[in-house]
Amino acid sequence: MTQEYQPPPLPPPFHHHNHRTQSTATTTTTSTTTLPPPILLTQGAEAHLYKTHYLNATTHPAALKIRPSKPYRHPILDRRLTRQRILQEARCLAKLVREGVAVPALYAVDWEGQTAVVDAATGAERYGGAWLLMEWVEGDVVRVVVQAWERAMLARFAAADQHPRRRQADGEMEVDGDQGDNGHVERKREEERMKDLLRRIGAAVGRLHAAGVIHGDLTTSNLILRPKKESGQGDGEGEGAGEVDLEGEVVLIDFGLASQSVQDEDRAVDLYVLERAFGSTHPRTEAFFAEVLEGYRASYRGAASVLKRLEEVRLRGRKKSMLG
Amino acid sequence: MIAVGIEGSANKVGVGIIFHPEDGSTPQVLANVRHTYVTPPGEGFLPKDTARHHRAWVVKLVKQALQDARVSVKDVDCICYTKGPGMGAPLQSCAIAARMLSLLWSKALVGVNHCVGHIEMGRAITGATNPVVLYVSGGNTQVIAYSSQRYRIFGETLDIAVGNCLDRFARTLQISNDPAPGYNIEQLAKKGKRLVDLPYTVKGMDISMSGVLAAIDALAVQYGLDGEWDGKEEGADSASGEADDGKPTRADLCFSLQETVYSMLVEITERAMAHVGSKEVLIVGGVGCNERLQEMMGIMARDRGGTVHATDERYCIDNGIMIAQAGLMAYKTGFRTPLKDATCTQRFRTDEVLVKWRD
Repeated sequence: MTQEYQPPPLPPPFHHHNHRTQSTATTTTTSTTTLPPPILLTQGAEAHLYKTHYLNATTHPAALKIRPSKPYRHPILDRRLTRQRILQEARCLAKLVREGVAVPALYAVDWEGQTAVVDAATGAERYGGAWLLMEWVEGDVVRVVVQAWERAMLARFAAADQHPRRRQADGEMEVDGDQGDNGHVERKREEERMKDLLRRIGAAVGRLHAAGVIHGDLTTSNLILRPKKESGQGDGEGEGAGEVDLEGEVVLIDFGLASQSVQDEDRAVDLYVLERAFGSTHPRTEAFFAEVLEGYRASYRGAASVLKRLEEVRLRGRKKSMLG
Repeated sequence: MIAVGIEGSANKVGVGIIFHPEDGSTPQVLANVRHTYVTPPGEGFLPKDTARHHRAWVVKLVKQALQDARVSVKDVDCICYTKGPGMGAPLQSCAIAARMLSLLWSKALVGVNHCVGHIEMGRAITGATNPVVLYVSGGNTQVIAYSSQRYRIFGETLDIAVGNCLDRFARTLQISNDPAPGYNIEQLAKKGKRLVDLPYTVKGMDISMSGVLAAIDALAVQYGLDGEWDGKEEGADSASGEADDGKPTRADLCFSLQETVYSMLVEITERAMAHVGSKEVLIVGGVGCNERLQEMMGIMARDRGGTVHATDERYCIDNGIMIAQAGLMAYKTGFRTPLKDATCTQRFRTDEVLVKWRD
């Protein structure tokens, strides 16, 4: 239970790095390759994300997304889903790049992923998994940015939070008349910056939908805030007076559940997924979600009817629990 | 402190008695009795018949529970009952029983959310501290994680519950409802080998089951496997292999249904785990005692370097003790349900409950 977690082995052509990751400190593997091995960044639900590079290690960092086979699934089902999803993802990315939507560019893909590799942990053979090589997008995911901003807000306006009404979780950031003028203006300004980010998120989703693609898993973890080129700061930690950088371009990532559709229904469900994920991930900032929808409304023709549909979607589903 | 819990939101009526020692050590289950309303094969349970069943059994079960627990009425601190969600008529009969006991014994009432009852009992039994919860039963399918005093729903079914999907397919095949349709599907599925293609509907962290049910029902009809069955062929095909014309058996259909819907459940659970960064899963609800689901969840959790917690049928399937457990936790924070508010409701979201007992 307490043993160190070992990710599944890498599929070819990345697999020759497997030895290196498992070798002990004393042995130096004589790998013929000059490439540094891919670095595991995150283990998502469906895929492992590695940072590697494309062609040239210094100029072209790249994101490698591997969908390892899921041993819990029936092999036939697993193969069907893996193939279907990686192809779907590749097609959507290719289309969005063509349409000029801010997404990572697609470099290469292996949709079969049926090459057997040896699992270092168990010694058993398993399928290496299908993979997708994409452009590397700099910046933090919006979840991290919003959380950093929420923390900064709490720290900066801590005094105001001692006010009993403030402690009620939802709508915590709402304006309060009792506050000193200075703090009030500051707070307003900060909130305005967040609202602007949320509107840009809405606009990004709008451009995606306008291009005929549905994301399928919109959460704040699947949006990256790519900082502006000139400002050289790498991480989202605040500079100066605890200010979190909210500038930059909103890039959509992870099209693992994406599909192509121009139906109001699908678009509305996409927004609904985002709304729900936002509410459960950022309960303190939930009250501002309307800004995302505002940004969306202005982003393309046809957005208005999607938002209308969204109202229906909200009422439907299992918003209110019922027996099936 | 001692609480009596009364549950009857679906076809089980249960009474449980829990004891929380004053020193804050592990709660003890003093009694946990239950009676299930079983309908003939091919039939579901109707609200009014189920309510009649509950009314006939609840007093007997309360007496039995008090006897098992070896406590007298004066030791009891509060009466907890299921306020919702569930079927209206069965809920009402149990709410009436709870109000009656409250007046008779002069004890405080605590209305409990059924889903929160499942979660709290699962946590108490397994010792899981802050898991992602998969709540799967005949009426509910939700992926839940705790955050700021609420059990927040990350994903859920957009139409019917997974247990409902299994139960209704059991009805199509006219599989016995005793002890539970899901249990009998599980046993039949063990003999299945071939995977038939079924819709696989995951939308973000939500899932949809109705299309899967329609597809498998259609297959059953297409191959003439619906309706009454003499039970002959099941034995025969496992002996002779399934070389015959590629026609799936009843067992194959059960197998395929389980593999498909459980894959969907494990997938959304894994997605919620990745999203909240948790390594623990807790499975609760009636479908949670399915061993194949537990096995699949275990493989998934191990692959992520995590663990899975599950309970057995005493605590997975609806029971009174979970209502007592969640009710007593609320009672200790000062929560009471005044008599005039001691109603029940078919609609009661998991995230409506303010979870005061956790930080």
